[in-house]
Amino acid sequence: MPTLTVQYFAILREQRGLTEEKLTTSAATPTVLYEELRARHGFTLPANRVRAAVNDEFVAADAPLRDGDRVVFIPPVAGG
Amino acid sequence: MSFRLAATPLDPAALQRALADIRAGACVTFEGWVRNRNEGQPVLSLEYEAYAPLAEKEGARILAEARGKFALLGAVCVHRTGHLQLGELAVWVGVTAEHRGAAFDACRYLIDEAKARLPIWKKEHYASGATAWINCATRGDHAGATR
Repeated sequence: MPTLTVQYFAILREQRGLTEEKLTTSAATPTVLYEELRARHGFTLPANRVRAAVNDEFVAADAPLRDGDRVVFIPPVAGG
Repeated sequence: MSFRLAATPLDPAALQRALADIRAGACVTFEGWVRNRNEGQPVLSLEYEAYAPLAEKEGARILAEARGKFALLGAVCVHRTGHLQLGELAVWVGVTAEHRGAAFDACRYLIDEAKARLPIWKKEHYASGATAWINCATRGDHAGATR
């Protein structure tokens, strides 16, 4: 199974209580990984309100995840 | 053309001076300020958090788009991170162009796209002591719920 680094920001950082963790997962896509983490940590945002980035680029929710990827889930943004 | 994040207070006069260009007949700037109220609730302060590597890339893309759409000479967008107090400058956009039409349009484009697309989050601290991540409420929450 691939080992990924997940970085957390904003509401997800607070709900996870961490800025970053390494984990080994069978999740093949960001959506599946998010659902796994949401179930484990009680994230309040549903998957359809969170975007994903892999290695500092936006990716589709069903993009493939590979060993060593750095994954960030992006809650609804609110700059400005 | 540049986009950047800043962890310390912005100096709008210095930002505008850096845009000086004798070819420009127009300079339009926008300042986003921390205000004391949101959706009816008194706000005491704001925290901005950014996913910096992706915010910088997306900011550069937004500037490149503006350059393609409008006849710009220069453009700068700077967004604060960290804990800001009422009245502080949260975001500054400045655009120069030969003519005012392009400068107004590009400035509007830049701030609208920046707000919609940059991976930056805002947490409001309310007079009640509650806090909320803006746009992140889910069913059963209300603005100002402590989470």
